[in-house]
Amino acid sequence: MEKLDHLEQLLAERLAHIERQRLPDAVVLHVTPETLVATMLLLRDDPQLDCKQMIDLAGVHYPEREKAFEIVYQLLSVHKNHRLRVKLAVDEQTPVPSVTSVWWCADWFEREAYEMFGILFTGHPDLRRLLTDYDFEGFPLRKDYPLSGLSEVRYDPAQKRVIRQPIQMVHPNREPYPVNPA
Amino acid sequence: MGVIEEVRQEVAERGYLLASADKLVNWARTCSMWPMTFGLACCAVEMMHAGASRYDLDRFGIVFRGSPRQSDVMIVAGTLTHKMAPALRKLYDQMPEPRWVISMGSCANGGGYYHHGYSVVRGCDTIVPVDIFIPGCPPTAEAFLYGILQLHKKIHRTHTVYSGWGVNGVTQTRNVRT
Repeated sequence: MEKLDHLEQLLAERLAHIERQRLPDAVVLHVTPETLVATMLLLRDDPQLDCKQMIDLAGVHYPEREKAFEIVYQLLSVHKNHRLRVKLAVDEQTPVPSVTSVWWCADWFEREAYEMFGILFTGHPDLRRLLTDYDFEGFPLRKDYPLSGLSEVRYDPAQKRVIRQPIQMVHPNREPYPVNPA
Repeated sequence: MGVIEEVRQEVAERGYLLASADKLVNWARTCSMWPMTFGLACCAVEMMHAGASRYDLDRFGIVFRGSPRQSDVMIVAGTLTHKMAPALRKLYDQMPEPRWVISMGSCANGGGYYHHGYSVVRGCDTIVPVDIFIPGCPPTAEAFLYGILQLHKKIHRTHTVYSGWGVNGVTQTRNVRT
């Protein structure tokens, strides 16, 4: 607790203009796309804050909110032994500045956030899909995405290749069951 | 009397050995099945256990190969995703005939845990023709070994050279694979 109090004190001195939230076991900063990179640079380079590592970058989808997406950055200072959480709310259209210039490891995390949620990042060196198929359509971790997806693959003996077709969920020797159960 | 002793005696008495050509071919095929290593998920670890010293696949003549050109059997061990499916089919097409496929584990058999997912193939038999399905999540090394022995039995039933009279007067059809 004392460590978190100390961290909160440091943040209040250095980042007074950033909205701050104190949880029982964490300190959370709420930034905007405008203040993101400057804040991150300060968090990394300030000798007292010293967040040299970005542990994780995750997207969250809140369909009921006006700014439907939230990006959560988890930061760690190995030297000072503290962790910090930074959150950024954004809607579907607004691009977010990439933090690859601050932590290089953000590269693949941002690619994953892009492919799973459709969040756009500006200044990213190579914003492609990371995990899903090359011709995949849609953003699968959005709440409105159907569970079983939109297409499936099978081998077509006529064309002698693996093709992608609209999802049917038909299996031999099995009772039919609904596509995309809730 | 052991088999080798019988053979030795027959050769000593007559100077030659009589055997069914199909049995010889099937014996040769089953005793050196080189699998195409296709470990996709945790099933691959059980496949490694079967290959290690306790169950020791080497004694069945099974040597894991990294190349489809030198492989006889493809073991699909793990979750087959949409992105991997064209690569799996390509490697299967590169294997020389005769070739067999073992589908190992729930994911390869029918999608398993990820059956309703958006990125997993619901059974690798939609991509390649499968000979043996091994159930389990993952199957134990014993189950995997049993599946290989079942494939041996299946191969012993094929009649590559002669498909005429068959066994017990029943005409056996030649095993034609597509």
